[in-house]
Amino acid sequence: MSEPLVDAELAGRVLERALARGGDFAELFCEDRRGFALSIDESRIERPQFGSERGAGIRVIEGEVTRLAHVDGLAEDDLMRAADGLASALDGDATEPVALEPAASPELQEIDVDPAAVPAERKAEVLRELDERARSADPEVAQASASYSEGRRQVAIFNSEGLRASDDRTRVRLGVQVVARQNGTVETGFETLGEHRGFELLDGDPARIADQAARKAIALLGADPAPAGETTVVVGKGFGGVLFHEMTGHGLEADAVQKGASVYANRMGEKVAESLLNAYDDGTMPHEWGTGAVDDEGTPSHKTAVIQEGRLTSYLYDRLRARRDGTDSTGNGRRASFRDLPIPRMTNTYIEPGDADPEAIISEVDKGFYAVSFGGGQVEPATGDFVFGVSEGYLIEGGKVTKPCRGATLIGNCLQALARIDAVGSDFEMKTGFCGKSGQTAPVGTGQGHVRIRGMTVGGTAV
Amino acid sequence: MSELEDFAKRAAEAAAAAGASDAEAWAEGGRSREVRVHAGEVESLTEASGRGVGVRAWIGTRTGYAYGTDLSDGGLKELAEAAVGAARVADEDESAAPPEPSGEAEEIPGLRDEGVASTETADVIELAKRIEGVALDRDPRVTGVEEVVYVDEDSEAAIATSRGVTGAFGASAAYSFLQAMATEDSEVQTGLGFGVARAPRELDTNEIGAEAGDEASSMLGATKPDSRTCPVVLSDRVAASFAGFVGGALSADEVQRGRSPFADRLGEPLASTALRIADDGTDPGGLASAPFDGEGTPRGRTPLLTDGKLLAYLHDSYTARRGGATSTGNASRASYRSPPSVSPSNLMIEPGELSFEGLLEQAEDGVYVTEVAGLHSGVNPVTGRYSVGATGKAIRGGELGEPLREFTIAGDLLSTLAAVQAVGSQARWVPFGGSVHSAPILVAEMAIGGS
Repeated sequence: MSEPLVDAELAGRVLERALARGGDFAELFCEDRRGFALSIDESRIERPQFGSERGAGIRVIEGEVTRLAHVDGLAEDDLMRAADGLASALDGDATEPVALEPAASPELQEIDVDPAAVPAERKAEVLRELDERARSADPEVAQASASYSEGRRQVAIFNSEGLRASDDRTRVRLGVQVVARQNGTVETGFETLGEHRGFELLDGDPARIADQAARKAIALLGADPAPAGETTVVVGKGFGGVLFHEMTGHGLEADAVQKGASVYANRMGEKVAESLLNAYDDGTMPHEWGTGAVDDEGTPSHKTAVIQEGRLTSYLYDRLRARRDGTDSTGNGRRASFRDLPIPRMTNTYIEPGDADPEAIISEVDKGFYAVSFGGGQVEPATGDFVFGVSEGYLIEGGKVTKPCRGATLIGNCLQALARIDAVGSDFEMKTGFCGKSGQTAPVGTGQGHVRIRGMTVGGTAV
Repeated sequence: MSELEDFAKRAAEAAAAAGASDAEAWAEGGRSREVRVHAGEVESLTEASGRGVGVRAWIGTRTGYAYGTDLSDGGLKELAEAAVGAARVADEDESAAPPEPSGEAEEIPGLRDEGVASTETADVIELAKRIEGVALDRDPRVTGVEEVVYVDEDSEAAIATSRGVTGAFGASAAYSFLQAMATEDSEVQTGLGFGVARAPRELDTNEIGAEAGDEASSMLGATKPDSRTCPVVLSDRVAASFAGFVGGALSADEVQRGRSPFADRLGEPLASTALRIADDGTDPGGLASAPFDGEGTPRGRTPLLTDGKLLAYLHDSYTARRGGATSTGNASRASYRSPPSVSPSNLMIEPGELSFEGLLEQAEDGVYVTEVAGLHSGVNPVTGRYSVGATGKAIRGGELGEPLREFTIAGDLLSTLAAVQAVGSQARWVPFGGSVHSAPILVAEMAIGGS
């Protein structure tokens, strides 16, 4: 970080003011975020958009009650006014904050080319390339659109326990959507490329994702309606990992667990899957989408084993929920912006590669469904019921991938589905996603190799 | 002139000074308050104020956008330069001329209720606690509430353009929702309750809490239905999600770009005559109501589906110019952080004749769908096909039967619209699928995916 967002001396005074009438804990979270986005549609570059915001969120915790005040800008007067507002809700004696530690330099991801320094015209060129590639992929491609986005988030965190931390996160992402049309049938294909990295992410051949999106849409043109009913499901690598994110990751977030609103509550140490399953949440993975030096409470990023040989080994904690369980934060306290409270969130969540040959995982299935990729998913952690929209799916017949299917959805219950994973492939890929929770959006990574689940409900239109 | 109007005016002027041939600025400011309650105690309390401005700049027919929260002279200058710089990157687009709103924006009574500003935080905390208490008292099997969330806001928006368009309005909102949990043996079921209004006193704590508690406890013992095609009654919540899906696909922008199942269908009979849907940005009860839209065009009422016919698409100034139509006042902004784009304001499903019991009787044997999940991945707005997770109850002999879960409903939007058999007579505001005045709907036939 070139220049500190807020002077430590000022931060110390803000914390002191926030605790002037008591409280167990105070924190000042400062943020500067700027970004640029651009899209191409109908072969026309459009919607160029810059944004910049700066602000702070001040939090005071007293007992079980958290109070948050946030302000736009980092002016001393505004910060002090917000701190005073928080203090006015209490009526005790002042709590003395611990003196702030000296600044530690965060272990940042290496950014070779600051995307903000790259001329916007260069970004437009990348989009034109994507557009051309998508349109020339097949005569049936009727529409293509693509978007580029970059964002930089600098944060500085100070708390009354003396913590002083900072981070500087740069992310670049491309997305492309292709619409294919044949004899009145319309299909879509979507692909993304994103990392916690600079503009060098787009070195090489970023337009390959346009080919991939086109291929998905074209493949679906010959698709039959998906069958409805229970069957064996093979889930593809990469974004297939969103399945684990939804059906296990959310249920391990400690806020849901502590309220009994998770099917994984009171199951620590229990065998919840076959011994072949190992899974992690890892905010330290180099350049991945959910990676950071620290979380949004200043806790260094962790690699947390959540399932080891089928046993549940850890929940995902922020500071508040860790304190409640008498443990340490796992570095999962994330917030969408200075306007939001930190809550336990996943970073990069993945199933560790297993030893099964991905081809054998399919060839061993006599009759089943191959979900190559998902549009996304949703879970209700309290009941464990989940649903996923399949964006690319095929029938498996006699050990072979046969007809493409459209309009399939996978539904099921977390604990059952997790216990039914009977093969994990040796292949592996990470993909980017945006996760929504309590009205906050966070960049997350998901990943896995091919995974097979014996017995899952496919919801389709062919009844 | 309010302070925000002044910011908007100065931002638009700064963009003109930075080289824009035309400019439009949208400023927003306000206060908001959020309370989360769990187990009778306040879990968190957030109070905030903020403001910001977004600038759309034109250089001829190229358009760019920039937003920021630094409203000092220097900040506005930087913002204006960014917007103009962005416009230089865009390609020429002959439809992308600055809007020239016609008609008078009329004030909508009751948009801003003093009740938000005048209600003490201690009182809204009590309100949230009451809602939780109601849910817990409904049934001994309701064992907890994940949290009751109460939010209110009091905000103002202002617009100014280089062509002399100016305007401002204030609005308030208060809403609350909760998720109740019911437990029996080791089974847990959840139920959602919510209410939306202009002020906290308009929220019915009994109704909100009871909806969540009753739904959670009535779902206990739910089983998976058999896969089949049968009549389905959609709850007002689910009907609202479907209406949102329809409204989104009726955006002229999607239609013109060939990404809507409604493209080239204007004037055609494609829905059941039982279904009438309109977009209305002027209904005082609708949270999306405003005197004017995100580019200063007066909001209005646009019938979309009447007597089975598709009557109109939703337009902003860009799509209107491109399609040779008139803007319907549907340029919407999520906030100052995004440029306006076409989307529904409040969608109004016109209530029908039948009571809820009447709908069940007509369905006779089928499924009542209370909730759907996975809409963002299970609905394809380009093709109109959907397949989403659902929970609900069986309908047997025209009455509600046992609870059902872990199934899907699937189909395509146009067939579903054609298969609507009746709309229920009881309507209310539902904050799903946008802002929808919704009622339960009986669909003659839908595919259920279960076991």
